[in-house]
Amino acid sequence: MKRIYMDNNATTAVRPEVMEAMLPFFREHFGNPSSVHWAGRETGAALEAAREKVARLINCDPAEIVFTSCGSEGDNLAIKGVADARRDRGNHIITTEVEHPAVLAACKFLEKQGFEVTYLPVDEQGMLDVDALEAAITDKTILISVMWANNETGTLFPIEQIGAVARKHKICFHTDAVQAIGRVPVDVEKAQLDLLAISGHKIGAPKGVGALYVRKGVRLTPLIHGGHQERNRRAGTHNLPGIVGLGTACEMASADLQNTADRLRRLRDRLEQGLLAAIPESQVNGHPSQRLPNTLNISFNYIEGEAVLLFLDMQGIAASSGSACMSDSFGQSHVIDAMGVDPMMANSAIRFGLGYDNSEADVDQVLEILPGIVKKLRDMSPFYHERGAAKLTANS
Amino acid sequence: MYSDKVIDHFTNPRNVGEIENADGVGEKVSSSCGDRMKVFLKVEDGIIKDIKFQTYGCGAAIASSSMMSEMVVGKTLQEALDLTNDQVADALGGLPAPKLHCSNLAADALHEAIKNYQAAEA
Repeated sequence: MKRIYMDNNATTAVRPEVMEAMLPFFREHFGNPSSVHWAGRETGAALEAAREKVARLINCDPAEIVFTSCGSEGDNLAIKGVADARRDRGNHIITTEVEHPAVLAACKFLEKQGFEVTYLPVDEQGMLDVDALEAAITDKTILISVMWANNETGTLFPIEQIGAVARKHKICFHTDAVQAIGRVPVDVEKAQLDLLAISGHKIGAPKGVGALYVRKGVRLTPLIHGGHQERNRRAGTHNLPGIVGLGTACEMASADLQNTADRLRRLRDRLEQGLLAAIPESQVNGHPSQRLPNTLNISFNYIEGEAVLLFLDMQGIAASSGSACMSDSFGQSHVIDAMGVDPMMANSAIRFGLGYDNSEADVDQVLEILPGIVKKLRDMSPFYHERGAAKLTANS
Repeated sequence: MYSDKVIDHFTNPRNVGEIENADGVGEKVSSSCGDRMKVFLKVEDGIIKDIKFQTYGCGAAIASSSMMSEMVVGKTLQEALDLTNDQVADALGGLPAPKLHCSNLAADALHEAIKNYQAAEA
């Protein structure tokens, strides 16, 4: 059985070139970049070379890059760090209802510390109203944190418009760009961003490394106190192999962004159109056009998402679901919920996240298998049968 | 995260469907996750002669419906009324903790069907 991985919004495999670039930094070049001797000098140069590559991908100065351990750390450092540093200026933060848990939970934590947070709603396509965002600004607002691309639906927020609003009101602007990086062009100057968090493992670098862009002049309190690494913004010995890997992955993403995006979009559209055509009463969750090229979030009415995933898994296909049934939590995904999707539709939402390695044959394999799975589960579902009965009654 | 038995019952669920002119029909909806089970019974001389189910829910919900149906066919109504959700889960080799309180409703749906049968008979 051929295994097909279509969960690249969850994580990606390390790209072979990235792996290759990292390997010497485990044994050969193992020095601590903070050391003065030859071993430290070697890795010090590699650290700065990686920093330049990350900076180039998002169009910032290398000195504005702070290496972190993951996307969640970047979001926490940005949000808690700015909130603490600007406490004397105000206590209000604006974000959205559909952020990644790293942002939402950091904001909830700050609420307990006396901050006030506005969670902006989205419309049925998952889109944010920039006018509503501007209207939410008060003289106490110190931070706006809005994700670039949604991790569940792929919906792209109008980051440049939000950046203009934030700059106009002189408010610090952070974005979680973990899903956007390497998939759509990301430019911190154009978007007038002050902070931007990325993660390595979504773009073919390993888990355990990420970066936070911090615009020159933006003050933030560190989360991790200790040594003077990262210009006192993040203590801790550098994860050199991971950082080198992140640099290489960013370099590869910069070189090939448009080609990869076009190729993945074609594959994604083939999958989307094929499924919509083959499966009645299915719907795409997310914005029809303002969406990551690799992401498809799709619902099949009358059935539950986890059951679909299990059957897909048995056929070697890895996708994911925002279904609450996977966890202790109540209700379905907070993202699909915020879009006002009918609860039964929401419960069947499946996310496909295409990646570099996926081919047209992979898409066709899913198109061959998935309609049968939906049919089998619908045949089992009381809701599906009652829908048939309701129709018969209406026709008679 | 699921036992082999759960996977087996989920992949090849026993007794899926509907009984026309069933003697008893009952259902149960999970208040936490919305899973729903509907049970159809054919009863003769106080014994469950046939049972069918329809389930909307996750793998655990489907597997526990299937397992329950296997456990009670040929049993007396009293034996079926004594069956608990926990016994169904145990027969499946256990269920992941989050599933125990949301998707493990098969015995409850069965009991509803039996009560509706008994109410109609009375």
